Amino acid sequence: MTDRTPIEQSQAMSDGRPAGTVDWKGSVTELGSRMDSYYGRPIVKEPVWQPEIPFYFWTGGIAGASSVLHGVARLTGNHRLAKSSLLIGAVADIASPLLLVSDLGRPERFLNMFRVFKVTSPMSVGSWILALSSGASATAALLELSGKLRPVKWAAEVVSALSGPPLATYTGALIANTAIPVWSEARDELPWLFGASSAATAGAAAALATPLEAAGPARRAAVAGSAVALGLTELMEHRLGMVGEVYKQGEAGRFGRIAKAATASGAALLAARGRRSRAATVAGGALVLAGELALRWSVFKAGFQSARDPRYVVVTQKERLRARKEASP
Amino acid sequence: MTSTLAEPTGSPAAWPDTYGDEAKPRMGFFTDTTVCIGCKACEVACKEWNLIPEDGLVWTGESYDNTSHLNANTWRHVAFVEQRKPLHLRDGETATLDGAGGPEPLRWLMESDVCKHCTHAGCLDVCPTGSLFRTEFGTVVVQEDICNGCGYCVPACPFGVLDKRELPRSPDDAPLSLPLLGKEADGRVWKCTLCYDRLKGGHEPACAKACPTDSIQFGELDELRERAQKRLQKLEQEGWNGPRLYGADPDDGVGGFGAFFLLLDEPEVYGLPPDPVVPTKHLPRLWASTALAAAAVAVGVAAAFLGGAE
Repeated sequence: MTDRTPIEQSQAMSDGRPAGTVDWKGSVTELGSRMDSYYGRPIVKEPVWQPEIPFYFWTGGIAGASSVLHGVARLTGNHRLAKSSLLIGAVADIASPLLLVSDLGRPERFLNMFRVFKVTSPMSVGSWILALSSGASATAALLELSGKLRPVKWAAEVVSALSGPPLATYTGALIANTAIPVWSEARDELPWLFGASSAATAGAAAALATPLEAAGPARRAAVAGSAVALGLTELMEHRLGMVGEVYKQGEAGRFGRIAKAATASGAALLAARGRRSRAATVAGGALVLAGELALRWSVFKAGFQSARDPRYVVVTQKERLRARKEASP
Repeated sequence: MTSTLAEPTGSPAAWPDTYGDEAKPRMGFFTDTTVCIGCKACEVACKEWNLIPEDGLVWTGESYDNTSHLNANTWRHVAFVEQRKPLHLRDGETATLDGAGGPEPLRWLMESDVCKHCTHAGCLDVCPTGSLFRTEFGTVVVQEDICNGCGYCVPACPFGVLDKRELPRSPDDAPLSLPLLGKEADGRVWKCTLCYDRLKGGHEPACAKACPTDSIQFGELDELRERAQKRLQKLEQEGWNGPRLYGADPDDGVGGFGAFFLLLDEPEVYGLPPDPVVPTKHLPRLWASTALAAAAVAVGVAAAFLGGAE
């Protein structure tokens, strides 16, 4: 029995089988071996966020990139696309804060979000961005429909277009800035992934609502955004390694598969037939919108699954400790 | 707040400077698990003093532990670990399962866990309302009259300390007040305050006061760190198996804990993270990346107009 390593000994012990002489000094927890945990209980807490949050990631994304689509369409004189993306953006921009307030444990205290501005809190920064974007988009849309106060409308459109891009990407920073391994370790991808997803959904929604002859830019934004989002999803899952395995499992896996299939087929349909066929545009746009909603759900659920298993915390951090020790012995 | 974005400095951000004349020495806990007897007096004293609601009367089957983890309604949690390892082991000594020819391989680890009151506190950094704040004692406290239950601090804590308080609705709840109160009867996050109210009155926290073996020691953090070093040296000389300080190093990923521990095994054995790092440590780079991504969205969408309107 003495030819066994301490790790093998500990495995034998955990299996309930007897083991022989062991040097128990120090730890037997090493990478790739049996890991110690406290009755398998989680170390970090699962988020307490409700279904409103992934829906908000989606509506906030639509609102963010729609503002840009609308702004550039206005500048290039594509007024039909400008109007449809303005209205879509405004609806998404109005739905977003309602979803967020509804998620609060104390919704009546939602104004407390504006007591402070904290650069250390992506949620604080994001609340201010959303307030700005939401107010500007709603104002611009109302004035567009009523045809009054043109200068105010233009000012609101400018504010909306400028606050759109950060609205599209800050949610990625928000979840990356946590102790949840699958979010935290993906901090280099998440803002980009959410940004691409935002462009895809805003483009798809505008393509659905705009006549074919004016919908070209929206369609191209949907196709390009989808392609980048698909690529970044693959990159993120690959780079996460063991931590990323939650994207293959459970609800995160299920939503992830739907996201990939729907987004890829929707984007392909838009690219191949969207220019001529209204039906293909409608089907493709709807598929991209559904696919990207599933993507937000997949990322959301992955965080819960990652928090639930202490392995992801312990193995990631043990590896970090080992690397640091090797760097400075 | 910006100092938390830099490398750990060893002192909590915005403290004690913001308090001026009212600043106090940084107070904390040294929890010496080697003398914990698992009586749970700390859990009970904490519940009593802080009027914390009951959170499930269950048998977990996990040794003597029935509270399982820190949460909104458990601010001190005693962990129980039954181990086939000897309590004492001198250099070069080996142990066998049957205890033949060496020390008996059986020990019972007990550890009273609590909020770490980090030097660089993730919960405090991410709180968007300013509800979480740094007190004049250098501790981290939730202001329950401000918390709106956004829940961001819950996954931001590397130790899983904070949680939203969920209470069952009571038949006595006024029907009209229910929609205003959200989904739960409480809906805010709660955690250890290091008995801020008792500290204000010059008393030690309830758990430390109740601890019969002085496993929980309360005092000025600098003094506690010195005391812990001496205790560690003594245990090493006496040949205890695996003693180590956890959270006493001001250069660790959270700048050192305000409430640190003396453990007898790896942190994960007690359900603690082996190398906790405050999430905001990576935030400067994350913000830069987010801004670049935002610019890319703008440029990318604008580029979609190059092919014309159709």
